[in-house]
Amino acid sequence: MTNKKQDLIAEKSQDLNNDGVDRRGFLKCMAWAGTGLVWTMSGGIPASRAFAKLHGKDDRKSGDFSFVQISDSHIGFNKPANPDVTSTLQLAIDKINAMQHKPDFIIHTGDLTQLSKPSEFDTLDQVLKGASPKQIYFVPGEHDMLADNGEEYLQRYGKGTKGTGWYSFDHKGVHFVGLINVANLKAGGMGSLGHEQLEWLEDDLKGRADSTPIVLFAHIPLWTIYPDWGWGTDDSEQALSYVRRFGSVTVLNGHIHQIMQKVEGRISFHTAVSTAFPQPTPGTAPSAGPMKVPADQLQRVLGITDVNYLISGRSLAIVDSALGDSGSASLGNGASARRVESIRGAR
Amino acid sequence: MKKKILWLASVPVPVLLAMLLLLPGSRSVAANNEPSGSNAEVTIDNFSFGPQTLTVPVGATVTWTNRDDIPHNVVSTDGVFKSKVKDTDEKFSYTFTKAGTYSYFCSVHPKMTGKVVVQ
Repeated sequence: MTNKKQDLIAEKSQDLNNDGVDRRGFLKCMAWAGTGLVWTMSGGIPASRAFAKLHGKDDRKSGDFSFVQISDSHIGFNKPANPDVTSTLQLAIDKINAMQHKPDFIIHTGDLTQLSKPSEFDTLDQVLKGASPKQIYFVPGEHDMLADNGEEYLQRYGKGTKGTGWYSFDHKGVHFVGLINVANLKAGGMGSLGHEQLEWLEDDLKGRADSTPIVLFAHIPLWTIYPDWGWGTDDSEQALSYVRRFGSVTVLNGHIHQIMQKVEGRISFHTAVSTAFPQPTPGTAPSAGPMKVPADQLQRVLGITDVNYLISGRSLAIVDSALGDSGSASLGNGASARRVESIRGAR
Repeated sequence: MKKKILWLASVPVPVLLAMLLLLPGSRSVAANNEPSGSNAEVTIDNFSFGPQTLTVPVGATVTWTNRDDIPHNVVSTDGVFKSKVKDTDEKFSYTFTKAGTYSYFCSVHPKMTGKVVVQ
């Protein structure tokens, strides 16, 4: 290496402000801010400041609210990766109930049960009864469609929904859409929305101002993460084309039992961890099946997602946290990163 | 199985010998496919069907066994057969009475595909 190169590297790795972010990291942050997303890694003051700002009483305006995303509870699963998924779901609910700011509702992004058995749905309902937020929104996962193509699921949670269970609702100015991409799956394919649902979606969004923050939620990721394992939705591009005009779009998914995030223009994608068991990262295992971790680490790879909507900046902040941790520290396969994203809406 | 034995017992010996010699699906089957007849088994593991292509004679019964720790099912793409969802160690069997190629997949995890060739 030449001296010039060494100097550049040294300069880039200087922590100029003693805040845990070096010059390279700062430039990275600024690039993100340019596209509307600010992502801070934990360890230093910036993350905790942002977090405090979200949750400080003084900063909360009347239109602000938060909700929680949980996913993949797989009630009924009892293999080594987690012999007691009901308990870990209970831990997730306890964590939600202990939150300082009360979430307005919970969204469950699917795979409520392992085998769509009535007893499994019953157990889930029992645990969720103890949640402080009484309003819970659901979308099914493929594991919830195993009894008569989702009949059991629809009977319990399908009131007011259309087709295989899609629906939308508004909450304090934010428009939420629950999409079903686990029905009528074709051989060799991935997730699928289908013509009827796509037509409904286009119609549902018609006439809404571009400044309306949009949240789409569905079980299987609405962007292609890893086709070999079916981690994607074959016809999601059409759905995304309907929301591109909006100033702030957030897509919340589950299915992969790990956090993955992506930003595409004004659309931010986020997948949640499971409350039941983790799965391997793409390509690191022969298949996407349940991944066993040492028992004392299990709670570190399961968790909940806290989504905060701040009306002042029309921004949405997503905070992932692990079970069994107070506050929001350490999630995902040993990596200790607390992620706070602020997504700016249209002005 | 019982039906098969009774039927064979009623066939004259020379005919029986001729049949045995001409029996399709003997051990000289192409390397890609598993020997059929007694080995009409498909194992489901790691989100895949093994063997992915299985060749069997007309009248054979194929048994799928799920060795994965996730439930799967077996669904013919032409609507010929459809299993209930099978959890770990559960089985599904189907008897193929007509020759043909039967593509199938797991409708829960549709990337999992397989084929039974009946000849």
